[in-house]
Amino acid sequence: MRLESRFRWLPTPFRSALLFVVWLLLNNSVSAGHIVLAVIFAILIPLVSFPFREPQPLIIKPGLALKQLIIVMYDIITANMQVALLILGPVKKLRPAFVKVPIELSHAMPITILASTVSLTPGTVSAEVYPIPESLAEGEQPTQRYLLIHVLDLDDEQALIDTIKQRYEAPLKEIFQC
Amino acid sequence: MISEWIVSILLLIGGAFILIGSIGLIKMPDFFMRLHGPTKATTLGMAGMLIAAMVFFSNTQDGVSVKELLISIFLLITAPISGYMLIKSAIHHKLKAKDGTKGLDNIEDD
Repeated sequence: MRLESRFRWLPTPFRSALLFVVWLLLNNSVSAGHIVLAVIFAILIPLVSFPFREPQPLIIKPGLALKQLIIVMYDIITANMQVALLILGPVKKLRPAFVKVPIELSHAMPITILASTVSLTPGTVSAEVYPIPESLAEGEQPTQRYLLIHVLDLDDEQALIDTIKQRYEAPLKEIFQC
Repeated sequence: MISEWIVSILLLIGGAFILIGSIGLIKMPDFFMRLHGPTKATTLGMAGMLIAAMVFFSNTQDGVSVKELLISIFLLITAPISGYMLIKSAIHHKLKAKDGTKGLDNIEDD
């Protein structure tokens, strides 16, 4: 895991890239003037706002991140079809459940991404991360974190936990190296 | 002509998914299950409509319209967060889950 960027003038490379793209998309143009402006914003805004935020792990493997993004996009589409079928089918057949998934990620950013992926994909909504930070003493590190999720139709609990761990958590661990 | 067909089909698919998401809101028996419709089915529905808008405006106006991509990105980022806030407050208010919901003891007291 790396918290600080290699370049001092570019503390958060990914956010800078995002700012650059968002500025061009907002203006709907790729004219030279807008590109120059976008570059200025992409460098200046992170420099100004970086000290306000807690340092978050940087993306070490952008290629893998892109691959994971495509996998998640594909999963969103299939999961949507599944949930649509579940909703249209008989309600009585659904087997709702709360499941606790042990997670090994340790920083807020990767955990947020994992929770959001879980909410968007396989018939599950993430509900809570245990232990709740407020219940811990100052500076105390939890030994094991859990993600509490609500499943619309639970078939096999262990299989679901394995899917989430292998398909969504393992790549995140590699991307952020934590 | 072809683009008109594409736009219509995408709009229909998007509308269908949003409708299904809303049906889920009425049909499901408890709060936690109701949350699944809006967080998932609706995102794909919105994506379908936004792609339709992209195709339509790219055809009728000069140049390619890509603002819709930005809307989809923001939707994808915010939908899980609002779902998370809703389910978290539901747990804090100890809303009743449907009878037969498994793993209720997984919810920790606070």
